[in-house]
Amino acid sequence: MYDIVIIGSGPAGYTAAIYSSRAFLKTVLISGFIPGGQLTTTTEIDNFPGFPEGIMGPQLMMNMKAQAERFGTEMITDAVTTIKKEPDGTFAVVTGNGTYQTKSIIVATGAQAKAMGIAGEETYRGKGISYCATCDGFFFKDKQLIVVGGGDTAMEEATFLTKFATHVTILHRREEFRASAIMLEKAKKDPKISFLTNSVIESFVGDTKLTGVKIKNTVTNAITDMPIDGVFAAIGHTPATVFLQGIVAMDAAGYVQIKGMRSATEAHSATSVDGIFAAGDCVDTRYRQGIVAAGMGAMAAIDAERWLQDKK
Amino acid sequence: MADIVLTDQNFDTEVMKSTIPVLVDFWAVWCGPCQTQGPIIEDVANVMEGKTKVGKVNVDENPQTAGKYGIMSIPTLMIFKNGAVVKQMIGLQSKDMIMGELKKLI
Ligand SMILES: Cc1cc2nc3c(=O)[nH]c(=O)nc-3n(C[C@H](O)[C@H](O)[C@H](O)COP(=O)(O)OP(=O)(O)OC[C@H]3O[C@@H](n4cnc5c(N)ncnc54)[C@H](O)[C@@H]3O)c2cc1C
Repeated sequence: MYDIVIIGSGPAGYTAAIYSSRAFLKTVLISGFIPGGQLTTTTEIDNFPGFPEGIMGPQLMMNMKAQAERFGTEMITDAVTTIKKEPDGTFAVVTGNGTYQTKSIIVATGAQAKAMGIAGEETYRGKGISYCATCDGFFFKDKQLIVVGGGDTAMEEATFLTKFATHVTILHRREEFRASAIMLEKAKKDPKISFLTNSVIESFVGDTKLTGVKIKNTVTNAITDMPIDGVFAAIGHTPATVFLQGIVAMDAAGYVQIKGMRSATEAHSATSVDGIFAAGDCVDTRYRQGIVAAGMGAMAAIDAERWLQDKK
Repeated sequence: MADIVLTDQNFDTEVMKSTIPVLVDFWAVWCGPCQTQGPIIEDVANVMEGKTKVGKVNVDENPQTAGKYGIMSIPTLMIFKNGAVVKQMIGLQSKDMIMGELKKLI
């Protein structure tokens, strides 16, 4: 029987693990299939305090993992499929490989890149369609690429991909961009980047891999064919909480609801289920930053520790 | 037998001409999830000793093989039987998922 099962290995999960194992609670962390979370998909982190020169995302996450392991957190590479409440008030956390009995749970499953929801997307995932430029850019040396999106992430991904690609087209459904002025300027100045606005991908075409897209102009409705080697989606993130539907209360977009800072008496990270706490991007509709997730992870671990103490 | 290092040079002999199924892990040093996948693959290699061959292709050093199999995201795992790809898995895979696929073949 564990004291705490932590689900997720981003900044929220690892920070919770550091706190709970350092408090001598028997802790297991189930990492999911993105060990280290979203920050492992980016390059340099300049706004995480404690690293005056900045730090590479994957390195930061390896450090956090090592720190949690130092205090005895057990690490499992697997994904949670469901949580069951036992008659005695404890929980069974179920993964592909097994079941973990525990007194309390911290959900720190973060967010994952949004799918585009376009015909053919699943067929060509990993065969020309990607959701992470730093992960997959390498495979598109001297290729022609599309980046879908209009925010900072889209600009950053497009700029990064010019290291490999001969040309990158930023495809955006509207005329105006959500991206900040500096990021947009940087992309506009890049001779390898061009823009296609008021446009959406209608469908993906290919054989064993992606070879092109059908593009629809949202003003004229005209459809054009465009041969392409790769499409990178950068249209935002969605909370990774589908497996918790019907188990804990969440909002319509899938963010787990927690009590929040307003309560003077209740644990701020408590969910609708007694003994289940949540932290990080999976509850955060507003900030979605590494340091905020880490802070929430610490809160959830302290809340769980006190909750366990009160139960004794 | 641990996992073996596959290269553009030995891929044909070790994989295509193998008499038993071969699990191939395409990876790179700079790929975070690949570092997690590695020990899982080694574990599978030990459990499946004699029944399945297990090898790793570094995509940086072996562009021909990576290119031939259209690798566009790593980790990618492929299972070969009698010189043909019978299964492709993209993204980090748990031991259970890999074992499940291998057991279907032997
Ligand atoms: C490209 C990019 C750049 C960014 N740059 C910055 C930056 O410079 N500075 C900054 O502060 N923030 C940055 N962010 C935001 C930051 O990454 C997030 O706010 C932060 O990672 C959230 O942490 P988290 O722990 O809540 O979740 P995540 O980092 O999303 O981690 C979630 C974890 O949960 C796991 N998981 C999911 N489902 C399951 C399941 N069913 N079972 C088990 N585990 C599961 C995943 O494997 C993952 O390990 C960036 C984000 C992106 C995408």
